[in-house]
Amino acid sequence: MSGSYYVPAASHWPIAAVVAIALMAVGAGNELAYGRGGMLLVFGLLGIMWVIFHWFADVVRESRAGLYDEQMDRSFRQGMGWFIFSEVMFFAAFFGTLFYVRAFALPWLDGEGAKGITALLWPDFTASWPLMSPPSSEVKGPTGTVDPWHLPLINTVLLISSSVTLTLAHHALKVDKRFTCLNWLGLTLVLGAVFLVVQGIEYVEAYQQLGLTLQAGIYGGTFFLLTGFHGIHVTLGAIILAVMWLRLMNGHFSGHQHFGFEAAAWYWHFVDVVWIGLFLFVYVF
Amino acid sequence: MQMQTEHAHEPPRGWMRWLLTTNHKEIGSLYLLFSLAMLFVGGIMALIIRAELFQPGLQLIQPEFFNQMTTMHGLIMVFGAVMPAFVGLANWMIPLQIGAPDMALPRLNNFSFWLLPIAFGLLLSTLWMEGGGPNFGWTFYAPLSTTYAPPSTSFFILSIHIAGISSILGAINIIATIFNMRTPGMRLMDMSLFVWTWLITAFLLVAVMPVLAGVVTMMLLDINFGTSFFNAAGGGDPVLFQHLFWFFGHPEVYIMILPAFGIVSLIVPTFARKRLFGYRSMVYATASIAILSFTVWAHHMFTVGLPLAAQLFFMYMTMLIAVPTGVKVFNWIATLFRGSISFEVPMLFALAFIVQFTIGGLSGVMLAIVPADYQYHDTYFVVAHFHYVLVPGALFAIIAGVYYWLPKWTGFYPSESLGKLHFWLSVIGVNLTFFPMHFSGLAGMPRRIPDYALQFADFNMVSSLGAFIFGLSQILLLIVIYRCVKGGKPAPAKPWEGAEGLEWTVPSPAPLHTFEQPPVFDPQRDSPSRA
Repeated sequence: MSGSYYVPAASHWPIAAVVAIALMAVGAGNELAYGRGGMLLVFGLLGIMWVIFHWFADVVRESRAGLYDEQMDRSFRQGMGWFIFSEVMFFAAFFGTLFYVRAFALPWLDGEGAKGITALLWPDFTASWPLMSPPSSEVKGPTGTVDPWHLPLINTVLLISSSVTLTLAHHALKVDKRFTCLNWLGLTLVLGAVFLVVQGIEYVEAYQQLGLTLQAGIYGGTFFLLTGFHGIHVTLGAIILAVMWLRLMNGHFSGHQHFGFEAAAWYWHFVDVVWIGLFLFVYVF
Repeated sequence: MQMQTEHAHEPPRGWMRWLLTTNHKEIGSLYLLFSLAMLFVGGIMALIIRAELFQPGLQLIQPEFFNQMTTMHGLIMVFGAVMPAFVGLANWMIPLQIGAPDMALPRLNNFSFWLLPIAFGLLLSTLWMEGGGPNFGWTFYAPLSTTYAPPSTSFFILSIHIAGISSILGAINIIATIFNMRTPGMRLMDMSLFVWTWLITAFLLVAVMPVLAGVVTMMLLDINFGTSFFNAAGGGDPVLFQHLFWFFGHPEVYIMILPAFGIVSLIVPTFARKRLFGYRSMVYATASIAILSFTVWAHHMFTVGLPLAAQLFFMYMTMLIAVPTGVKVFNWIATLFRGSISFEVPMLFALAFIVQFTIGGLSGVMLAIVPADYQYHDTYFVVAHFHYVLVPGALFAIIAGVYYWLPKWTGFYPSESLGKLHFWLSVIGVNLTFFPMHFSGLAGMPRRIPDYALQFADFNMVSSLGAFIFGLSQILLLIVIYRCVKGGKPAPAKPWEGAEGLEWTVPSPAPLHTFEQPPVFDPQRDSPSRA
């Protein structure tokens, strides 16, 4: 690869993305602060989707035209790898929150340890996890929690199997068995979609039967923070995989050149690993 | 397959060219100009603060507005001035120093830059919203930033998100560039220290900016959706906010100083006409500082009521950082030792950096001592400390870098006489501003107040005078840059006799496209770590 480097041509999409993000941010800010601006927010979101579609389409087109060399491929790989690392740190902040609340904040409110003085705030408070009765009576705790061995267990099985089917799809792609790959990838997508449906059912049950809401004190907060952002990531991952399925249908990718597929797979496995953490520390323990 | 660099199409003309550019030099210039604009916006806010504090009593502005000024000044200087300046220098110089034709992901680069004007437009617009802009300090501690915050806080949160995305993508781009675009033959240990420090900084950015995104997201939920993350009534904890914020915030401090170390490590050898002393130890020291920076965050929170074991742990870890930092300072001094030193403007700023950053470092060690911190906490001593590392520290290094590389960017030397005037006025102004703050702080003057007791009047008057000298003398920087762009003494490819590195092998000014063919790099001859 000595010789010349490939430098991509200028593109309109980055600046279009910035405009869409600006619309979305102004809309979201106005909506949150003053209860107006919803339309702008929707326009911004649609704009972002439109830009992402076209920007990626350009990259796919250039890649298919053989414009990218090995060096560009390495840049994409490293870019995706470090992006996933940044996502890991995003979830680390939320897991850190969960552990801090359970290990320190609640026991201290109960009068334990060096910070016993905080117990003076709500002398009747008793620390427990899941926290059913928050310190102040103004915050209503949940009446029940989600049984980990019911829906969450099903979801765990679904996601882990989806990682397995995705790996099988990848193996099939590597030996150019396009049809087998399509089937395994399709199954992965189905498993992911069922996961999201089950998660939706669980949320409805939590809100309607368990009183487990965003407002239900710190337990509700951490529960929805972690599972909610995970759910958003599963949704994104599923969309990416669906795009890969369509690209495969259109004859993209070959056994030795399919980084788009691999990046989608990395992302999916990352989401899967986060779920295992969630299952253990949000639901079971 | 034939891979050709695509330069066939002419760049778009007019202002569209700047909106669409994927060229690392143009994007670098955009970052630097944006940072310069923000430096003056944040600087005007600082002068409003200092004008109010010139005398005790309320003279010019209301306390509510004063709080918005301290908050915005901090946010703009940290996220809008210092960080984009370093990213701009990285954009310009990293490809030139590693022999790459551009950044690894040029379109992402354009995206990263243009997010910044959006983020800061949004942030500044909050000043005109009902209820005013952010008024809770740049550290935006909950519940000041949640329960008691103005309605515009949601805009503030979104602007932090956008600036954060910009930083993360910029950092990923820098990592990919450094790992992937070096000219054949250049090993990691052959890279210039500016490249090394930026590699480590980029790693810090990718690791901690997402945590900042997480914490502001939790704020958004607390404010708008009734969660209790930072509300003890629901079982949350305002101290949790501080832990999360400073887990981001302390590495952030090093994000703002490591590239400065890199710049100084290039300038000192150039004007001492000696190779850098202890190249390898510089690299290891930088990495050690970065790793340690993840284990010291709670030293910002000693008075919040931490368990004793935590206080001791964070105290000792913080003191430990003085060791690799000391290695760096000693290496710079050893580089100067018996060198043929000349005092051009970049060298003046770099030498002032070493002295003044060390003052800030030493007051940092004082602040690390838990019982002493009980006294210093939230006083002007802290303000003096972090302004010493950020203004005569990071900002001086940025200015040194600008003077050092201006001949490469424009093809002309910056004016030596105006530069020296700028330097001396800056040094006098900055020390007049911040040195007395040590004393007013030790005497007990609290931070973030618009009014103060009479006994602090003298020190504050000196600080305010110094601030205006320093602030106004930065107009000289504008003049120097403007004149240097327009003309002056033509600079050769290598304008500084003692300089080393690939950036000096391309003409001055550097043409739009450089290193379309990878340059020849012989570690035996060209490596800064050669025997």
